[in-house]
Amino acid sequence: MNISEYKDVYVFVEQREGKIQNVALELLGKARDLADSLNEKVVAILLGYNIDDNNTKELIAYGADIVICGDDKELEYYNTEPYTQAICKIISERKPSIVLIGATTIGRDLGPRLSARLATGLTADCTKLEISETRELLMTRPAFGGNLMATILCTAHRPQMSTVRPGVMRAREKDDSRKGETEKISVNFDKSKFRVRLVKTVKEKKDMIDITEAKILISGGRGVGTEKGFDELRALAAAIGGKTEVSSSRAMVDAGVMEHARQVGQTGKTVRPNLYLACGISGAIQHLAGMEESEFIIAINKDKYAPIFQVADLGIVGDVHKIIPLLTERFSK
Amino acid sequence: MKIIVCIKQVPNTTEIKINPATGTLIRDGVVSIMNPDDKGGLEEALKLRDKYNAHVTVITMGLPQADDILREALAMGADRAILLTDRKLGGADTLATSNALAAALRQLEFDLIITGRQAIDGDTAQVGPQIAEHLDLPQVTYLENLEYDGEKTFTIKKSTEEGYQILEVDAPCVVTVLASANKARYMSVRGIVETYDKQVEIWGFDKLGIEEEKVGLKGSPTKVHKAFTRGIKAAGEVYEVDAEEAVGIIISKLKEKYII
Repeated sequence: MNISEYKDVYVFVEQREGKIQNVALELLGKARDLADSLNEKVVAILLGYNIDDNNTKELIAYGADIVICGDDKELEYYNTEPYTQAICKIISERKPSIVLIGATTIGRDLGPRLSARLATGLTADCTKLEISETRELLMTRPAFGGNLMATILCTAHRPQMSTVRPGVMRAREKDDSRKGETEKISVNFDKSKFRVRLVKTVKEKKDMIDITEAKILISGGRGVGTEKGFDELRALAAAIGGKTEVSSSRAMVDAGVMEHARQVGQTGKTVRPNLYLACGISGAIQHLAGMEESEFIIAINKDKYAPIFQVADLGIVGDVHKIIPLLTERFSK
Repeated sequence: MKIIVCIKQVPNTTEIKINPATGTLIRDGVVSIMNPDDKGGLEEALKLRDKYNAHVTVITMGLPQADDILREALAMGADRAILLTDRKLGGADTLATSNALAAALRQLEFDLIITGRQAIDGDTAQVGPQIAEHLDLPQVTYLENLEYDGEKTFTIKKSTEEGYQILEVDAPCVVTVLASANKARYMSVRGIVETYDKQVEIWGFDKLGIEEEKVGLKGSPTKVHKAFTRGIKAAGEVYEVDAEEAVGIIISKLKEKYII
């Protein structure tokens, strides 16, 4: 493999029902930084069917220099094999140095399939991406259940591929005056490999909750304990009103008290609200990974040695079951 | 029907803490467990065993002590257990791991390969799809429910951010299962007793028929450049006061910061 042949930063753009997903715009923002430090281009790969021109314009406005459009009926909805074939063709022909993919249920299905077909490395759930002095991609991710951070290199293989979870990187300001090119490609699919049949896609109410959009998060952990405990948090959230939501630590999701869509942390969502009120959350590193960028953090915990106090702007050593109802009372007035 | 379940022994990472003084991991007393998603996958296989008399093989790659989770799987009801262990396989990233496992799977008969969605120590969710690719099999990830028509077709409910999808795929295929798909059964007393008579087969590198360059550290395109504990920002003020006073402090702070 001649590594010097590989250049430019590619982003797999996830669309669902023709709508570009935020994670793709966030990746374009990061790709722009990386490409600028390499003095290379940002290339967006957009796969779909009857792709709207506004979509390609949007990608350019968010930082792409080139948008490669694969427009085909087979690519209308995500399915592992057609998407893998299309992207492998693009990568094999164009030889990107870096490929970024959103760590969604789609990206985490696609990424490893691509890495195995291309026999290259894939680093999952990166929280930091930088270019080294030797122009390699430094990929930093939580390791060991989020208890350690590790910086990973993919020295001898190309492309260097990473997935990044939604909400981790920031999109740039939209700039409609940016110029870029669009290229259409076609794929000769090997349809004999299309072996998974999509019967139907069902949306459930769980898409209604997006804790990453909340301005205030009231988050509960083991110290809240039960469904009834979370009712107290919900009452507070209702009393505060506005864009206030209740979220949870992993422990309470594993215990079946809260749904996964509300989980904050390394295996849940990464959040940056104006206020993060951590109630009875001890603050395992994997939880901190998902909320430490919040504007203001208040922690309430019985254990004064709980690690959450190390990241809290304001810490209260006390009983959430006493403090939260009182707080709700004050807000209700 | 023959099913192979790939399982992994992991440290119970939710119990690991950092020593704030030294910034190192406190691993003492942290127990090793069968990875939760893998256990969900094993239960899926055992349900098919109950209903269709499927034969269930469990396989793991790891250190010799990973024998523990294979014994647990046997006691839960698995028929055969294989431990893939060899120094040459150590230090593997996901791609090298999937190369080794795929090489082992090629030696076996199967209609369905099950893995957990992801392991709690790495959280990568890569090895299942990578195995599928090496074996040229279709994959369905994030499996929440599986129905089998008794002949060759699986109907799978796949969990997504927005709800779920229903997908159909024929055997042979690879599925990756969520822990939440199943409440795993406990080991039965009879199972535990019978496990003493069952053998865990030990396979080494030589059994795999694969080039050494494809496995272990050598076969890993990604390498850890450095590992470190995350820097923690300076702590704010901490008050140990009664509830009334605490509420007063919180409210005044929120006003000061224009949050309310």
